Amino acid sequence: MLYRSHVMVCGGTGCTSSGSDNVAAAFVSEIKKAGLDKEVAVIRTGCFGLCELGPVVVIYPEGVFYSKMKPEYVPEIVEEHLLKGRPVTKYLFGETVSEKEIKPLEETTFYKKQMRVALRNCGIIDPEDIEEAIAMGAYEALGKVLTTMTPEQVIDEMKKSGLRGRGGGGFPTGLKWEFAHKQKETPKYVVCNADEGDPGAFMDRSIMEGDPHSVLEGMAIAGYAIGANHGVIYVRAEYPLAVKRLQIAIKQAREYGLLGGNIFGTDFSFDVEIRFGAGAFVCGEETALLNSVMGRRGEPRPRPPYPAVKGLWNKPTIINNVETFANVPAIISNGAAWFSSIGTEKSKGTKVFALTGKVNRTGLIEVPMGTTLRDIIFDIGGGIPDGKRFKAVQIGGPSGGCIPEEHLDTVIDYDSLISLGAMMGSGGLVVMDEDTCMVNVAKFFLEFIVDESCGKCAPCRIGTKRMLEILDKITSGKGEPEDIDRLEKLATTIKDTALCGLGQTAPNAVLSTLRYFRNEYEAHINQKKCPAGVCQALLSYTIIADKCRGCGLCARNCPVNAISGQLKQPFVINQEACIKCGTCFEKCPFGAIVKQ
Amino acid sequence: MDKVTVTIDGITLEVPSNYTVLQACREAGIDIPTLCYAEVINEIGSCRLCVVEIDGVRNLPASCIYPVQHGMNIRTNTPRVREARRVNLELILSNHDRNCLTCIRNTKCELQDLAERFGIADIEFQGEDVNYPLDDVSPAIVRNPNKCVLCRRCIAECQEVQNVFAIGAVNRGFDTLVSSPFYVSLNDSPCISCGQCITACPTGALYEKDHIQRVYRALADKRKHVVVQTAPAVRVGLGEEFGMPVGSIVTGKMVAALRRLGFEVVFDTDFAADLTIMEEGSELIERLKYGGKLPMITSCSPGWINFCEKYYPDFMENLSTCKSPHMMLGALIKTYYAEKMGWNPEDVYVVSVMPCTAKKVEIERPENMHDGIQDVDAVLTTRELARMIKEAGIDFVNLPDEEFDQPLGMSTGAAVIFGATGGVMEAALRTVSEIVEGKPLDKIDFEEVRGLEGVREATVTVDGLDLKLAIVNGTGNAKKLLDKIRSGEVEYHFIEIMGCPGGCITGGGQPIHHPNEMAEVRKLRAAAIYQADKNLPLRKSHENPAIKQIYEEYLGHPLGEKSHHLLHTQYTSKPLYRVTR
Amino acid sequence: MKQIKSLEDLQKIREEALRKVNIRSDRSGTRITVGMATCGIAAGARPVMMAILDELEKRNVTGVTVVETGCIGLCKFEPIVEMYVPGHEKVTYIKMDSDKARQVVVEHVINGHPIREWTLESAELE
Repeated sequence: MLYRSHVMVCGGTGCTSSGSDNVAAAFVSEIKKAGLDKEVAVIRTGCFGLCELGPVVVIYPEGVFYSKMKPEYVPEIVEEHLLKGRPVTKYLFGETVSEKEIKPLEETTFYKKQMRVALRNCGIIDPEDIEEAIAMGAYEALGKVLTTMTPEQVIDEMKKSGLRGRGGGGFPTGLKWEFAHKQKETPKYVVCNADEGDPGAFMDRSIMEGDPHSVLEGMAIAGYAIGANHGVIYVRAEYPLAVKRLQIAIKQAREYGLLGGNIFGTDFSFDVEIRFGAGAFVCGEETALLNSVMGRRGEPRPRPPYPAVKGLWNKPTIINNVETFANVPAIISNGAAWFSSIGTEKSKGTKVFALTGKVNRTGLIEVPMGTTLRDIIFDIGGGIPDGKRFKAVQIGGPSGGCIPEEHLDTVIDYDSLISLGAMMGSGGLVVMDEDTCMVNVAKFFLEFIVDESCGKCAPCRIGTKRMLEILDKITSGKGEPEDIDRLEKLATTIKDTALCGLGQTAPNAVLSTLRYFRNEYEAHINQKKCPAGVCQALLSYTIIADKCRGCGLCARNCPVNAISGQLKQPFVINQEACIKCGTCFEKCPFGAIVKQ
Repeated sequence: MDKVTVTIDGITLEVPSNYTVLQACREAGIDIPTLCYAEVINEIGSCRLCVVEIDGVRNLPASCIYPVQHGMNIRTNTPRVREARRVNLELILSNHDRNCLTCIRNTKCELQDLAERFGIADIEFQGEDVNYPLDDVSPAIVRNPNKCVLCRRCIAECQEVQNVFAIGAVNRGFDTLVSSPFYVSLNDSPCISCGQCITACPTGALYEKDHIQRVYRALADKRKHVVVQTAPAVRVGLGEEFGMPVGSIVTGKMVAALRRLGFEVVFDTDFAADLTIMEEGSELIERLKYGGKLPMITSCSPGWINFCEKYYPDFMENLSTCKSPHMMLGALIKTYYAEKMGWNPEDVYVVSVMPCTAKKVEIERPENMHDGIQDVDAVLTTRELARMIKEAGIDFVNLPDEEFDQPLGMSTGAAVIFGATGGVMEAALRTVSEIVEGKPLDKIDFEEVRGLEGVREATVTVDGLDLKLAIVNGTGNAKKLLDKIRSGEVEYHFIEIMGCPGGCITGGGQPIHHPNEMAEVRKLRAAAIYQADKNLPLRKSHENPAIKQIYEEYLGHPLGEKSHHLLHTQYTSKPLYRVTR
Repeated sequence: MKQIKSLEDLQKIREEALRKVNIRSDRSGTRITVGMATCGIAAGARPVMMAILDELEKRNVTGVTVVETGCIGLCKFEPIVEMYVPGHEKVTYIKMDSDKARQVVVEHVINGHPIREWTLESAELE
């Protein structure tokens, strides 16, 4: 059935939680009511990226972009736009509307600097319809590989493309495949790491939700390259929508003969099963992941032997993450030369980031390697809200580091980030403004690490806990000058001796904030002050006598009766009794109370 | 094996290419500190004390699991290495109950040795310390999680070696704890009380349930006649606690020490081992003759019995109905011997000195009670006996040799070898062959059933019948064999199973050595056992005159009515988890 | 069940599927707009639009998008259909009906010959 117009309602997790289900249902019923159901289709898609503006609706063929949709807007849009052809500008995303024209989505600043390879079909296709994926070229790369290339040629192509693992470590994908390919032991396995665990990161989830076939196709190509017939996707059980879409995609791919026996009429067989993780961060580490898949305690084991030699059930196994697999078909279809023309010398292609924190347009973006942080945060992300100053961007999840303003013009690639004390990680970007206390940020990420440490090796199990205890001490005003040395000593040993990647990178949040914001640590320790005014224990509230009109509002609202005074006379806060809740500060109508 | 060349702290040497960096360093004469490492069974690299610097490797890898490579340049004593090891050791110590003076492993603790070696004077990184309750519900084993360093050697023993799965790591991060599932006590878990976890533990986190105090109380009780008996394996282990070489045979000194400690009568469990052979041998002959359940499996090892009851209940009928030797002897002391001496059985207190922790559970088995009286009242491990001797200030090494009391102290070489894996089998063969064939053996030594491999098979022809035999040590190996029997892959007539790897000589109650030394310790103690057998004039159980005497005077004949009541018992399947609500 | 056994099979499915979705990605192909304001609808634009869609589908035409537009101020000429073919000037058909619309699809879109007598220019010339 050919439809003249397609209403694409975002069905990613972000928009679903902001109510896109109801919006889609409203479109379906209103379109039916208007008798347009034979001409206009309503399609649920994967993530568009602009989660901040959700629920997001894009209507084709115009490609116009409705943001923050509500079911009650729908009748008007159906009547005006779909029936009469006049987009309802008041519901469109403001940036796309000017007097002269309405810009399509891809021409907004949010999209203009992006380049979508891994996300190529997200928001464009119905992820639950394999034919839409096929229409966009899905499985052509697999067909090409199976019918015209040898496994060696596939590996060679991957090596030439320069693709590096998108899960964190950045190991060259082609090389990893080559190791596994060379192993004699069989059977071999292809494992997709979909255990995305960084707080605030949702790159992989969005790909699985928006274009699951790209992952399946990438896995099948990998299977052909290394000689594996069995694939496992290890996905968090907390990703129900991704799981559902993957399950549908696997079922459809089997029906179309694109998974299963004798794919494309060749003697290559490949099938994929889904295994659920219970959401332990450490299970993103490949050996811990394998243990979990095998039903064992999810903790890492020493490498070597690497999984390419001894992996799942002690057999040769490659493990790549979702985004890496999603890149594979694009590389095969467009060629290694095309892919390697994108990016920097040592980091090729694009990278998906989840942009969150104190930035105007939070969401999911994909940019060529080599884009600067400034472009991402200020152009694509639209800068810092409320006119605040940028302070730092935390990149790479809990294992990553904080990068300050002076390095905003660094081009992003694997190596530049490492040299700045951060890492690519899976691609979380948390923007922080001037109101952020960097010691507190380090504490936040370390708390996460301490919670998520598997407890196997001593430095991570005990060392990170001791570091957190020291940070607790510092942020509660009990820090001593030697504490910085202690932090550095522990951080160095943990980095040097922890068993796995999680442990070895655990101190990064502390090390990078110490590197760029040491003065904040010193202020906490020496002056007992939190410069950003975040650490409660280090704050004090005082009433400026000159400004106080003696209204008594503060005293009446103080929950611990720490404020006293006579009406029309300046009031005073008893510092001993004050619990620093900030109520007086908020209530004072004259700005007479200061927080220091 | 191919050789590779490596350089360690400037010394260049050739080592086999399958070596770890740790092995190479030790070959170069450098003793890298380790804590979690136990060869083969626990190569997990978790303590991070054995880290070294290797050129071209970014971080400091754990040498215990890092394979050597040709041309590798290793440095083991750089400031970076020393600092990392020290910080990690201090971290481990910061979360350890450091009451060393009152610890059962004081001066015998690997962690203490490391702290001494590193000269730790001050622990820089103080903080929250775990504080868990003691698990002392099991009659055999006490767990103190506050002394645990999470090296997981006990878990490796329990899971990988013994296949018992009573303990594992639970929780994660700082809250990680070695525990039974759902935090149940060891007593309610699948634990078989073999005590191998204790011998694997580098610290005082695991130890036997103390019976010393109850023995002291009995010794001090004027009404009690305290009778002690000693298992075969104790005499080849006890000397080590007093600095004697591994494999020293100290039978005479042990008897002397027991007398000095105040035991009224010192008997030998070996007597009952001979008796076991009479009963068990007769049982085997009967089963073979009258189509009884085969294969018959030995029942001397209470760790094995616990394992069988919990994991292989379908083999209940295969178990010999014989009690274990010390239980037989306990029963005879409180009946036959008490009668002989004119003692009231209630005033007789029997103490068994055993290489075993499972025996502490065995004495409480309700099926072994007679008129409310236990056959045995206390079980001291070899280690506990050593503690008593030390406390008493007895100069053990220079003690004169003394003899066991009679008649229940008389034994043969066949009984001594019970202490080593394959010994029960060999002793049984010596007697069964002679009885069935009705003529003396050409050769007493059945070399084919000796050895230390986990599972061994032999076929011995007795009176024209090819007896198919298997000898197993360690419950993990038992599992392998029983699974094969279950599936019909193999068939036997008679199987000896000992719960502990190596048999009783390396039981859970024996003097503790580092797991990496255990292979050698087993070899030396086994050699001592077979030497002790050779030294004895009588080497076949049925030739023991005291055995003949007790059958004539009291028991009648093997498998007779008295035997049935005193020397045999029954076994019942048990759930893996005891559910208490 | 459509089992794909070769690249050709895949290509076939792709081509079919592409027609369904190309309006989302293809902005370079032929574009047909139908005036669908009140005036247009009153003059019968809806059957015209349906006829165009039907004809395109029947003839397996790809790369063509059909868009509605609002009132362009020539209400008396409605239904109006505008045809944008890349590289050619826009052609505006006026006073369309379903039959004419079907012919436009065949002659103009497929064969590349605009039907001049139905265009706005010819009406203005008169």
